[in-house]
Amino acid sequence: MLHMILFLAFAVLSVAGAVNLLIQRHPISSALSLVVVMGSLAVEYLLLGAEFVAAVQVIVYAGAIMVLFVFVIMLLNAGEEERTHGSRVAWLLGIPGVLALTVIICWALVEHSMAGVAAIGALPGPPADIAELLFHEFLLPFEVTSILVLIAIMGAVVLAARPESVEQTKKES
Amino acid sequence: MSILTFILVSVVKIALVLFVLLTAVAYTVWLERKVVGHMQNRWGPTRVGPFGLLQPAADGIKFLFKEDLTPPHVNRPLYIAAPIIAVIFALTSIAVIPFGNSVTIGRIQTPLQITDVNIGLLVVLGITSLGVYGVALSGWSSNNKYSLLGGLRASAQMVSYEIALGLSLIGVLILAGTFSLRGIVDAQAGHFVSGIAFLDHYVLRFVPRWFFFRGQFVAFFIYLTAAYAETNRIPFDLPEAETELVAGYHTEYSAMKFAMFFMAEYANMITVACLASLLFWGGWRGPLFGPEWFQEILPLLWFVLRVFVFIFVYIWVRGTLPRFRYDQLMAFGWKFLLPLAILNLVVTALVVALRA
Amino acid sequence: MVPLSYYLILSAILFACGVTGFLIKRNIITIFMSIELMLNGVNLSFVAFAVRWHNLSGQVFVFFVMVVAAAEAAVGLAIIIAVFRTRETLNIDQVNLLKL
Repeated sequence: MLHMILFLAFAVLSVAGAVNLLIQRHPISSALSLVVVMGSLAVEYLLLGAEFVAAVQVIVYAGAIMVLFVFVIMLLNAGEEERTHGSRVAWLLGIPGVLALTVIICWALVEHSMAGVAAIGALPGPPADIAELLFHEFLLPFEVTSILVLIAIMGAVVLAARPESVEQTKKES
Repeated sequence: MSILTFILVSVVKIALVLFVLLTAVAYTVWLERKVVGHMQNRWGPTRVGPFGLLQPAADGIKFLFKEDLTPPHVNRPLYIAAPIIAVIFALTSIAVIPFGNSVTIGRIQTPLQITDVNIGLLVVLGITSLGVYGVALSGWSSNNKYSLLGGLRASAQMVSYEIALGLSLIGVLILAGTFSLRGIVDAQAGHFVSGIAFLDHYVLRFVPRWFFFRGQFVAFFIYLTAAYAETNRIPFDLPEAETELVAGYHTEYSAMKFAMFFMAEYANMITVACLASLLFWGGWRGPLFGPEWFQEILPLLWFVLRVFVFIFVYIWVRGTLPRFRYDQLMAFGWKFLLPLAILNLVVTALVVALRA
Repeated sequence: MVPLSYYLILSAILFACGVTGFLIKRNIITIFMSIELMLNGVNLSFVAFAVRWHNLSGQVFVFFVMVVAAAEAAVGLAIIIAVFRTRETLNIDQVNLLKL
C-alpha cells in the first residue's frame, strides 16, 4: 500500500516534470523540470531497492550533468524560445507516431511482459555487489568507458576553446 | 520498538538536531566575527550581552524586521526559490551524520543520528552537490551582471572541486570498505600495534588507528582544500568576492532571504567539519575517563571538540589567506588537487592490494 | 506491492516525452535535455528488468548509460557553445548551413 502510494506520487511528479519540460519556453525552466524528473526517478530506484544507483543518479545526473546544462544556459544567456514551427514533417508524422508508439509499447508491456510484482526494495543493489560485477564481469566495458570519457574530455576542451586562445598558447610555447 | 515510538523518537531527534544545528550556525557567525576581530586587533561584537554573546539573537531580530525588497527586474519564482533551495539542502545533509554511539533513555535505545543508511557518505555528497542550484539560480534570477558572474563562478567552481573532493574520500572508503558513516568510524577503532613490546607500551598505545594516521593525511588536506572551495569560503570565495562583484550571487537579496544564504553557508561549513572528523579523525573516539555518566557523554564531547577545531581552522584561514584569482583557482583545482587526489587513490589501492 | 509493468509504463511515458521534446522543441539546449530525458526513461526500465530477472547486471548497465550520458553532455554542450559562437543563435532552424 505504502509502496503504491509512493510509486504513484513520484511517478506523477516525474511525468509532470517531463511534460513541464515540453511546455516551458525558457531553457532554464526546462532544465529545472528535468532536475525534478531525475530526483523523482532516484526515489523510484530507491523503491526498487537500487540504493547505489539512486545515489549515483542524484550525484551524477542532478548534481553534475544538469549543473553543466544550467551553467551553459547562464553562460550563453539563452533567452526564451522563438516561436518557429520547424519541420512540418516532424509535427505531422512525428507526434502521432510517438503517441502510437507509446500506446503500442504500453499495451505490449501490460499484456506480454510477464513482469511480476515488486515489493519495496525488491532487489537490493548494495555498492559491494555492484562493484563485484563491475570489476569482474564487466571489466572490459568499464575500461572502454574510461577511454570514452578521456576522449570526451579532450573533445570538449578542443571544441569549447576559442581558436584565438589556442593560437596564443602556441605562440607562447 | 513499535512504529509509533519509532516515529516519535525520529521526530524528537530531528527537532533536537535542527535546533542544535541552527544554534551552532548562529554562534559560528559570532565566533567568526570575534576571532577575525581579534586577529585584526579589534574586539568584534561586544555590546549585546557579555562578550557580545547575544549578538546572534540581535542579528536574527534585525533580519526578521528588515524590509524584504524584491527588485522589479528579477525572475520572481526562481528569485524566491533560490535561497530556500540553498538552505534546505544545507540543512538536510546533517540527517545521516552520526554524533556518537547509541544512548539509552528509559527502555528506548537509539543511535545518536537521525538515520543510519548504508550509503550515508553518498547521501551527503549527493545532497551537497544539489546545493549548487541555490547559488546558480540566485545568480541567474537576480538579473544583474554581478550576480550572474557570481552564479557562473560558483557553479563552475563547485563542480570542479567536487571531483577532487570525491576522489580524496575514496582512499578512506577503500580502507573502511563501507559507505556507512557509522561503519567508517567503527573501522577506526583501536590503536596501532607493532609487536615490539617497548614501542607498543610507550608510543603506539597513544596513536589511534584513525585514517589520518593510516596514510590518508594527503587525502585529508585535499579534502579540506576542496571543502573550502565547495563552501565558497576564503581563499576560494570568488562567487561573492566583494572587491570584484559587490556581493556576488546574493547582491540583490535582503532581509530573511539573505539570511538564508548566510545560514546555508555556515550549515555547510558545519557539515564539512563533521565529515572531516568522521572520516579522518576517528569521529567520536577518544580516551574515556571519569564517572560512568561522564563516560556516556564524553564521546559526544570529543566529537564536538573536533568539529569546533575544524570551524576554528576555517576562521583562522579566513583571517590569514588572501583570495585567489579565478584562473589560479581553476588551475589549482584541475592541475594540482585532482592529480594529487588520483595519486593518493592509486597509492592507497596499491598498498591495500599488496597487503591483502 | 507494485506490478513491475507500472515501472515499465512510466519509463515508456518518459521516453515518449523525450522523443516529443526532441521533435517539437526548437532550442538546441532543450533538445539536448530531451535526449537526457529519454536516457532516464531507459534507465528506469533497466532497473525494473533487473528486479524482474533478479540479476544485478541491469543496475550495472545503468552506470554505463550514465557514463555515456556524462560524456555526451560534455561534448554536446561544447558543440553548443561552439555553434553559438559562430551563429549567435540557439534556434535549431537557423543552424542550417554546413559552412558559414
